[in-house]
Amino acid sequence: MAYSDKVRSTYQEQLKSLQDGGIFKIERYIHSVQDAEIEVEFPPGSPLKKVINICANNYLGLSSHPDVVAAAHEGLNARGYGMSSVRFICGTQDIHKELERKITEFLGTEDTILFPSCMDANAGVFEAILNEQDVMISDRLVHASLIDGIRLCKAMTDSFKHSDMAHLEEKLQLHSDKRNKLVITDGVYSMDGDTAKLDEMVALCEKYDAMLLVDDSHASGFIGKTGRGTHEKCGVVGKIDIITTTFGKGLGGASGGCVSGRKELVELCRQKARPYLFSNTIAPPVVAGVIKVLDILSKTTERRDKLENNANWWRKSLQEAGFVLQPGDTPIVPVMLFNAKLSQDFARDLFEEGVYAIGFFFPVVPQGKARIRTQISAAHEMHHLEKALEAFIKVGKKYDILGKTKNEITAMYGA
Amino acid sequence: MEEIRDVVLDYVIKEYMEDQDDEITYDTALISGGYVDSFSMVSLKRFLETKYKISLPDDKATPEAFDSVNNIVKLVEEFLNK
Repeated sequence: MAYSDKVRSTYQEQLKSLQDGGIFKIERYIHSVQDAEIEVEFPPGSPLKKVINICANNYLGLSSHPDVVAAAHEGLNARGYGMSSVRFICGTQDIHKELERKITEFLGTEDTILFPSCMDANAGVFEAILNEQDVMISDRLVHASLIDGIRLCKAMTDSFKHSDMAHLEEKLQLHSDKRNKLVITDGVYSMDGDTAKLDEMVALCEKYDAMLLVDDSHASGFIGKTGRGTHEKCGVVGKIDIITTTFGKGLGGASGGCVSGRKELVELCRQKARPYLFSNTIAPPVVAGVIKVLDILSKTTERRDKLENNANWWRKSLQEAGFVLQPGDTPIVPVMLFNAKLSQDFARDLFEEGVYAIGFFFPVVPQGKARIRTQISAAHEMHHLEKALEAFIKVGKKYDILGKTKNEITAMYGA
Repeated sequence: MEEIRDVVLDYVIKEYMEDQDDEITYDTALISGGYVDSFSMVSLKRFLETKYKISLPDDKATPEAFDSVNNIVKLVEEFLNK
C-alpha cells in the first residue's frame, strides 16, 4: 500500500490547517431545482429549509425554465446522452455547429468554438494564440481561470492596476517592442460587480496595435440593452478580438463555455487549445438547452429588463437601509462588512431568517474587505426581494451597522 | 548607492501600492509579502534594464532576488559593475 500513514498524515495536516485558518469550505446540499427559492439541508442531516437564494449565478432565471428543460429533453432524445469523444474525433454533431453559429451571431463576433467550461476556454486560449515573442497585459483583478491560463502560456506577462487606464497605457508603451500584445480583462468583475471600461480599452488597443480579450461570464445574456454583454453596454460590439464566456451562469446555468472572436484566433484554438483537444465534447442535452436559451434571449429582452429592474430596486433599497455597498450597476451587489468574522456571522443569521447568501473574505477578496455578495435574478419576484431586504435590515440592526461608515464598522469589529 | 535604493523604492510604490495606508521600506518582502504579483515582476525587470542600461538574465531575476528593495539594489549593482 503506497498510501501509508505517513503520507496520509501530510494531507490530514493540510486539511487541519485549512480548518484552523477558517478557510475550510463546507457545501450546503440543495434538494430542489435552482431557483429564487430553494430547499437546503444545512448543516448535513438537518431538516430541509426553504430559503430565498441570493447567491446564484442564475441571473436570468433560466436554470430551471420549463422551455429550457423541455429543449434539453428533446436534445437528449434526439442526439443522446453523450458522445464518448472529443470534438475532432467523432464528437461534433450538427447541434454543436448550430450553437457555435448562434453564439457568433448573438455576441456579434466572427466565429466561435465551444469548450467544456469557460475555465477550460481561459486555460486554453492564451497558449494556443501566443508565444515567447508576445506579451499578455492583464488587469490585476481578473478571474482565477484567466490567471491559470496566463500561467500556462509562454508569452511575457505583465499587469495593470484594476481599471486604471493610464497605467494600462504605460504598460502598452513599455511593451511596444513585442510582436503581439494582448490586453486581458473581465467584462464584469465577479466580486465587486463593477464593469470594465471597454470603450477606453478598445481605444488604447487601437492606438498601440494590441488585441483585447474580455471574459464576459458575468455579463453574457443580460448586460447591455439587448443582453449581448459588456461590449454592447460600452458601445464596442465587433471591436473585441476575443470574448470568452460561460453557459453556466446567465445562459442557462448548466455547463460549457466558449471562445468567440476573430476567426483566425478561433481556428487556432480548434487546432491547438489543449482543453478543447483533450476533453470531451459538450453533452447533447446541454447544447440543446443553450440553443433554446439563445432563442429566448434573441426574441425578447423581457428577462434582462426584469433583472435590471430587480437589481436597481435591490441596490437602492439596501442603500436607503444604510448598508455600505460596493458601487456599480450590475446584478452583483456586494454588501460591505469589512471584517471576516462579521461576514460569516451575518450570513449565518441571514440563513436563520430564510435568506441564503455567502460571506466572502480574504483570500477570495482583499484583506479587510469582507462582504456578503448578493446576486439578483430575473427569477426573483418582488415578494422575494422584500423578504430578503427585511432579513438584511433585521440582521443589520442586530450588529448595529445600518447607517455606519466603513471606519465606524471597522472600529466596532476590526478590519 | 543611496540613489538606486530610492529610485527603486519610488518605482515600487508607484507601480504596486494600491492602498496608500501601507508603508513599505527597503526591507519589506515585496513578492512573498503579497505586494508584487509574479505577473508584474517583468515590468520591474524591464524598468531596471532600461534605467540602468543593464541586461538581467532570467535565471538571476528570480522572485527571491526581487523580494525586497535591498535585494534588487544588490542585483542591479552586481550587473552595473560587470
